[in-house]
This record gives sequence, structure tokens and C-alpha cells, in this order.
Amino acid sequence: MKIPCPLCGQRDSREFSYLGHASLMDRPAPDAGDAAWDDYLHNRENPAGVTEDLWSHDYGCAAWVVVTRNTVTHGILSARLAKEGTS
Amino acid sequence: MRVEGKGHAIDRTEKLSFQFDGKTIGGFAGDTLASALLANDVRLVGRSFKYHRARGIVSMGSEEPNALVTLKRGAAVVPNARATMQPIYQNLVAHSQNAWPSRSFDLLAANDLISPFLGAGFYYKTFMWPQSFWEKVYEPVIRRAAGLGALVPTYDGARFEKADAHCDVLVIGAGPAGLMAALTLGQAGLDVILADEHDAVGGQLLLETQTLDGLAGPAWAEEMATHLASMPNVRVMLNTTVTGAYDQGDFGALQRHGLDQAEPVHTLPEETFWRISTRRAVLCAGAQERHIAFPDNDRPGVMMAGAVRGYLNKFGVAAGQRVAVFANNDSAHQTALDLAAAGQSVTVLDSRSDAAAQGDYELLAGAQVVGTSGRQGLRKITFTQDGNTRSLACDCLGVSGGWNPMVHLTCHMNGRPTWDEDIASFVPTPGSIPGMVTAGSCGGLMETSAVLADGVNVAAAVAKDLGAVAPTPPIPATDARPTGLEPLWHVPGHGRGWLDFQNDVTTKDVQQAAQENFRSVEHMKRYTTQGMAPDQGKMSNVLALAVLADATGRGIPETGTTTFRPPYVPVSIAALGAGAHGKGFAPERFTTSHAATVARKAPLIEAGFWYRPSYFPQPGERTWRDSCDREVAMVRSAVGVCDVSTLGKIDIQGPDAGAFLDLVYTGRFSTLKVGKVKYGLMLREDGFVLDDGTTACLGENHFLMTTTTAAAGQVMRHLEFVHQCLRPDFNVSFASVTEQWAQFAVAGPKSRAVLDAVLDAPVTNKAFPVMGCGDFSVGGQNARLFRISFSGEHAYELAVPARFGAAVFDALLAAAEQQGGGPYGMEALNVLRIEKGFITHAEIDGRVTAGDLGMGKMVAVSKDCIGKTASARPGLNDPDRAQLVGLKPVGAVKKILAGAHLFNAGDDVHRTTDQGHVTSACFSPTLDSTLALGFLKNGRARIGETVVMVEHLNDLHVQVEVCDPVFFDPDGGRLRD
Repeated sequence: MKIPCPLCGQRDSREFSYLGHASLMDRPAPDAGDAAWDDYLHNRENPAGVTEDLWSHDYGCAAWVVVTRNTVTHGILSARLAKEGTS
Repeated sequence: MRVEGKGHAIDRTEKLSFQFDGKTIGGFAGDTLASALLANDVRLVGRSFKYHRARGIVSMGSEEPNALVTLKRGAAVVPNARATMQPIYQNLVAHSQNAWPSRSFDLLAANDLISPFLGAGFYYKTFMWPQSFWEKVYEPVIRRAAGLGALVPTYDGARFEKADAHCDVLVIGAGPAGLMAALTLGQAGLDVILADEHDAVGGQLLLETQTLDGLAGPAWAEEMATHLASMPNVRVMLNTTVTGAYDQGDFGALQRHGLDQAEPVHTLPEETFWRISTRRAVLCAGAQERHIAFPDNDRPGVMMAGAVRGYLNKFGVAAGQRVAVFANNDSAHQTALDLAAAGQSVTVLDSRSDAAAQGDYELLAGAQVVGTSGRQGLRKITFTQDGNTRSLACDCLGVSGGWNPMVHLTCHMNGRPTWDEDIASFVPTPGSIPGMVTAGSCGGLMETSAVLADGVNVAAAVAKDLGAVAPTPPIPATDARPTGLEPLWHVPGHGRGWLDFQNDVTTKDVQQAAQENFRSVEHMKRYTTQGMAPDQGKMSNVLALAVLADATGRGIPETGTTTFRPPYVPVSIAALGAGAHGKGFAPERFTTSHAATVARKAPLIEAGFWYRPSYFPQPGERTWRDSCDREVAMVRSAVGVCDVSTLGKIDIQGPDAGAFLDLVYTGRFSTLKVGKVKYGLMLREDGFVLDDGTTACLGENHFLMTTTTAAAGQVMRHLEFVHQCLRPDFNVSFASVTEQWAQFAVAGPKSRAVLDAVLDAPVTNKAFPVMGCGDFSVGGQNARLFRISFSGEHAYELAVPARFGAAVFDALLAAAEQQGGGPYGMEALNVLRIEKGFITHAEIDGRVTAGDLGMGKMVAVSKDCIGKTASARPGLNDPDRAQLVGLKPVGAVKKILAGAHLFNAGDDVHRTTDQGHVTSACFSPTLDSTLALGFLKNGRARIGETVVMVEHLNDLHVQVEVCDPVFFDPDGGRLRD
């Protein structure tokens, strides 16, 4: 599997480590309440189809990358830098 | 038997001899083991897996199910080598498999006599009762009987390799389609890899007498090879089997090297596992002939019709004295034509009643073979024709049930092939693998001229797609050969019709599976084990599901196929794991003091990939404890030096560095003054402790964070996550400088004297108090000094650029030895920190909170931090949670062991009564007692209580007193003085 790192170009997935769904970028405010924090910490969608998740280019540029991919076809649709914010 | 005038692949002037089952046999250079055995009329080459039936060579390629042998190559023993893929060399040593005591007299062949009881599912039905028999009788017996070949349990030192290759287009298979495709793509200027699993290009052309542009097939292929070799952008990889198609244009391939060499060649690995990364792929895998399941079709001498003529044309080997051909199609008649041209008399039995002879040989139209006989090899076949049953003497029967396109790779990403009525087989479904197209007979084309043209046309479309357009090469002229076919899958009769030769699956097994309602093709496969052997059903799949379709009354397309999975051929674990051996598996990281440490004979202990000294033995010390106790006393009474470079160091800079640290640490760092160090606790977002360490403020907007050795990488990634994913607005950046700075702890009452001997200017206690830091110089070079202590002593850590580490370590040791001190290792470091109640990852194991550690107050109230909200959850603040405590033995037994659990005195020892556990323990020479740290339910409120430590491995029940985790110098006076 290859991931198109926005900084380094198409790179092998072995250079990256996986964290989880891109919703981890939407950290609730401290006072957002138990339900919001429970959601943020524990609940994830597990879609059959297009999803966005976070990969860190550890053995590369150290960028965190939001990868849009299809869990059914394994297709990598796009990738952008996490620091550019949520879509 | 050799035939004169045939055999373009062999060199009759170079004779070779080799051993098969201890018998010396001759062959020629260019022979495979299979061709040489056939040339010497060795027909029985092994025994089948379950019934131990006599089996002979069936095919010419990697699909060979029977002729699997064990090779002895130097010190290496290679099981399951395909005799069809192994060239012979002088003094090659091969053994047949699955036969004991010998291949012609095999005791387990008795299995065949009781075969009615060993049919499909017999494992599930037979070995059920009594239950106790499973472990003692059934399993050991099955294990002895099961498996193909045997591994040698010792490491043979053979070298394997993994490698990467990149190209624009990967062409898989160098038959007529693959050669034309590679030529077309090469001429378009694209980077091409052409991979073929055989040792020469040409594919089926090497086995046929067909001519191209007036040249014999092999000669044409050789010209193509020369032409392609002259193109710098085309790389031909022979002996290379593409084993799998993976995501985004990645392909796995196994290349075998030095196969014709008697000993492993030092400059070559045995095998290379390639990862080929390509923009496009053209699959030209060709087609394989399939069998017909007639009774006793597994007798040695029964072969594929194409293989019979292939052995003749390529190796000059007649597979029998008297050959018959049984087929349902036109292509098999070519076997008769080729044999007749070589002067052999042949009879063709064609199941089609309207079959016509294509030349001068005997044809029995509308005939079906219903039986074979001959012990250890074919002597006679029985057949029916026009309702009569007759027999025919022959010692070789070439069979052809048609040709199956090799669709395997197109199915590796869950693609399903499509049934093609015209050729009565499956063809690839377009688009099954993104970026891969198929060409030639693997796409269902069976005429050579069409295959050649398809290679060009498909490749031209690929080239165009990649923006490379060039004139296409002309398509070679070739003679047309008929390809008519009428499906015939199995012939009923007395005796079993074999489908899967490797796993001994017959038509009866498949029919029985259907009868017992294992009607889905995937269920049938698992119930009968058809297609589950190392050959993955290459020869048997289509046949087996045709029989299943018949038995269930469904059509073949509705029945479908089982899933083809990678690898296409077995790949040795040694190739897949190449490089991950010894240091390749676990790389070594050494500190700058490593050489000095080794010179002092310190045993090393692994910390991740780092190697650190355990202790520094002195003459007269008999155990590690002697050295450790001395080193602890040395630090407490004089001074010790310890390399702490393995701790993670992260340089943090930027206007928002302070604010960023406030977010990742529980405490406030934005107010830390330049020249000061502060201890920090880092939480995960779920409220549990991630790591701890000190962070120094080196300058305005410039911090240096230290992490534990174990968590250095994890913390670095965490910081990047928090910055890039949560607070990209922060102007801050990080660099790991762990390897750039060598850092040494100098600890003990005389540490300042040691530093003064090494630093260019002395340190004063007043100007450089506890938790101070600053720039110093050593020998005119920049150095950093930190007044921090992990031992509770007056201590410093001195950091110098790594290139000076070795020299500075030596200088510190020399100065320390002048003060009655010396180096100390991890054992002493551990004792020193337990005496002081300092934590490591033994304590922060991912399940503890700041509150559990007694550091709840470190979570600053006035600001947010990662993990703060979650750490306020009621469950994480339950007073009944286990809290960090100190433990001391108070009874007769003085031993405390890490990992042991704690119970209330008098309670049953049971998980429900568990009160906590011990995380770290040591003998403290300072306090002359065993000391331990651990977690105890509501522990801080239970100081002074006695609980029981239970350790089942050593059957220990020890009374321990709960105490404060800081055992030594609780007010910290030694630190400051």
C-alpha cells in the first residue's frame, strides 16, 4: 500500500504509522460534556466505503497526514496535511 | 527415453550425473530434474499425501502436483522442490517425499486399501471419541503422517534477500503475448520489467513446433530475448514468479538464483523476494492444461498431453515407448503429430464423436478412457467407444481436458473471474486489479496469432494511457492451429477419478460433499481439502467445481470459484523474512560510552534497541548483587557516573513553545524561567499517564524536553500530533536530538568536585541550585549542565555533543575515581531510584493516573491539558483505585518480587480479593532491606498496615508493611546540600 504524502510524494505505507479516524482532530472543548468526550475518546464509525484517517509519516517528514481511502477497495483517494485542518 | 533430433534446451555434449533416492542417473545440461528422470524412464517419483498412491510427473511447470522432491544443497535441505522447475547440475542430490521405507514400497500405502473410510470429512467424523484419544493417539499419528516434505530444524546459513524494484509497466509472463507486450512498451520508451518463472523467455513457444516468421518458436524467442536485452529500459527477470498483486500497483515476486549451481553461490542469495512497484501491469500468465477425472487417472505415466509434447520438443524426451492421448479438444492432437513426426506411433482417443485426425496417427473418435492399470506405472488403459469396452497397451497417456487461463493474479484483490462458454473455462474479469490488464491466452485467446496480436494491442493501449506513443511492432506470421473443444470433466466408472493430486481429492469426495450439503464451492473446498495443498489447486480447481456443479445440478458459472489468494507459488518464509535475522531483526543502538563500558567488562542489558551496562564488576565480586551494592554505596557516599544518553531528548522552539508545553504537560511550563528545569507528567487524552521527564528552559522560547528511553519515539509522535492535528495555530517546532547529545549523570556528595575537574569553569552550589540548567564548556566545547537527580543525591547531568561523548565519559570517570567513585550501571540506578520512590515505566504501565501516583495535584487547575478532562472522570478518582505505595518485608521471609500480587492477611488468595501488585523491587544496601514499589487499593490511606504478598511461581507468602514510597531521605536534604 502506498500513501501520497503531500510533502514527500507517493511513499510506501511502511514509512507511516496509523493512529485512527480523522475525527481525532476534533478535540472537544474541556467543558463540552461527558457525551462529547465519550464520543471523542471511544466511539468510531467503521464504514464500509470511504473514510478518513490519520497517518504519521514517521520514517519521512514527520507530517501527520489525513488519508481519504476506501475500506472496501483499499483505494487511496487523497491525502492532505493534518495541519491544514479538518475538511 | 531420449529421441534424436529433438530437444532444443539440452546440450547433448555436456553430460551430467545426479542422484535420485540414492541411485545415480545421467542427464544433459539444460535438463530439469523432471526431464532427466523421464529420459531415464523413472516414472514413480513420489507418493501422494493421504493415500500414499504411487505418483509420477504430470506437468512441466510450477503447477506440478506430484514431482515434489527434497534437495540437498550444500548444508541446506530444501523440501518440496518442484522437479519440473529444478535444473540438474553435476552431483545434484534429490529424494522423493512421503514414502517410507522407499518410494516403490511404501508402508502407508495401506491407507489406500482403507480409502472408503478416509474420504472427505474423515478427520471430522473419525477422530471424535473417546476424547482422551485426541491428544495421546490421534494427533501424534496424524502429525506424523501429515505434511509434505520435512524441514530441518537447524539454521542452515543460507542467504536470502528482499529487494524493491520500480517500473512503469510490469509484464508478467514472457510467452508470446508477454514478449510482444514488453517489446511494444519498450519501444514506446517506458520502463518495463518482464518477469517469467522459467529460466528462458518463450513460454509455450518453447514447448511447441510452431514457427513464427519462419523461425522455430524457441529460436524466435531467443531473438526476442536478445532484442529486449539491447533495450536499456527493459529489464527481463527470469526464474522470477510474480506471487501476488497488492494495493496501488505493488506486486510480490520470488526470484530463485543459482538453481543450476551445485553449491550456493556466494555472490548470490538463494532467493530474492521482490516488491515491484509499478504504474501499470500486463498479465500474460498464459493458460494451463487441465486434466479429465477418469478412473485411476493418477497412475504414473498419465500426464498432461501438452507436457508429453513439451518434454519431446524441449528436452528430446519421449515420456513413453507407446503413447496414447485422451482429449476433448483439437490442441492435444498436436501431441500425436509431434510424436508421429519423431517416429513414435500414437493413438488418440477423442471424446468427441466428430473428431477428425489432423495427420498420420490412429484416432478413436467418441472414445473415453474408463480405467488404467499397471503397478507403479501405466501399462494399459481401458476405454469405451460406441458402447464397447476395449483396452489398449500403453505406458504413457497424455490427457487434455482443455486449457484454463491463469486468472489467479486477477483474483488477489477479491476479483471474481467470468465463465467463458467458448473455452469452457474462467477468464479474468476486467478491472479486477486496478492498473492491471491481461493479454494473450490468460485472457482466453487460444490461437497463437491472436495471442501475439493481443500482446501488441493491449500494450499499445497501456502505453497510450501512460502518454507514451510509438509505432507498434509488426505481428509475426504463424501457422494456424485448430482450437475446437467440447467440455468433458469426468468419466464415471470403477475406481476413483482424481481431481487434486496433491491432497488426494477425488470426484467421489466432491460428490459426497455435495450430498452432505457442502454445496457452496467454498464449503466443498474446506470439507474435501481440494485446492488447499501447496499447489493451491492450480490443476484441480476448475475440474473440481465442474464436478460440484454437476453434483448439485447447477451450472458452473452459478457454482463459481473459490478465492485465489497470494502467493501464486509457495514462498519460503526465509525469503519473506530476509534480513530480519540476528542484528537485522533487532538492530543495536550503542551509546558513546559503549566501548569504555565493554572495556570494563560490564554485562549489557537491552533497553529497546539500546544496550546499557548492567553493572561494572570489580575483582573479587562474585555476583551482580556484589557489584550493584557497591555501586549504590559508592553513589551514596562518594560519586558515580552513569550514561543517560538513551533518554529521549526533544528540542522545542518557537514563540508558542511555552503554551504548547502547558497543553501537553499537566503542569505549567510557560512560566518556567530561563535556566530552570521542571519535572513534567504527560497524560494521554484518556487521562492515563503517557510518560514523565524533565524539561529545561534553555532560552526564551527554547526548551529541551527529556522523555523516558522507552517512550522517546511515542512522545515525539504525540507532540507532532498535538501540534499538527490539534493546535496547528501554535508557532512551535520540534527536533529529536537524542542522538546528537551524549549525556552523563554525575551523582553523589562529591559530584561537584568531579564536575569541577572536567568543566572549564567551576560550578557553585549557590549559583547553580537544584533544578538549574545552563551552558558550560568542556575543553572549549559547548556543554549543557542540568542540576537534576534520579538518585536523590546531589547530582548533575552533563550533556556534550555526541562526538565528544566518549572522551568526556573517560574524563568524568577519571575524575570520579580520584574521588573514590566510578561508573554505575542500570542495577544500581534502579536501586537508587526505588530507595527514593522515583517511578519508571514499571510503574507508569499505561493503566495509572496522576492520582494513582500521588501526583494528582500536578494537574494544574487553571489551564487545560491533554488528558485533563478525562482524568476527572469519577472512575479515575475512585478512592478504591490502586495507589502507589512503598512496601517493606516485616515477617521472617524478606523477599519481595515484582509482579507478585497483594492480599489482605487472612483473605483467600483469589482474583476477587486482590488488593494490588508489586511493580519494582530491590535489595537496598543503604537501608539493609528489601524494598518495593507497588500499587495497593486505597494505598495512601493504608500506610502502616501489613498485607501479604503472594507469588505463586516461587510459592511465596510474605508479610509486607505498607509505607510511603520515599524510603530514603524523605525531606530531600541530600539533593540540595
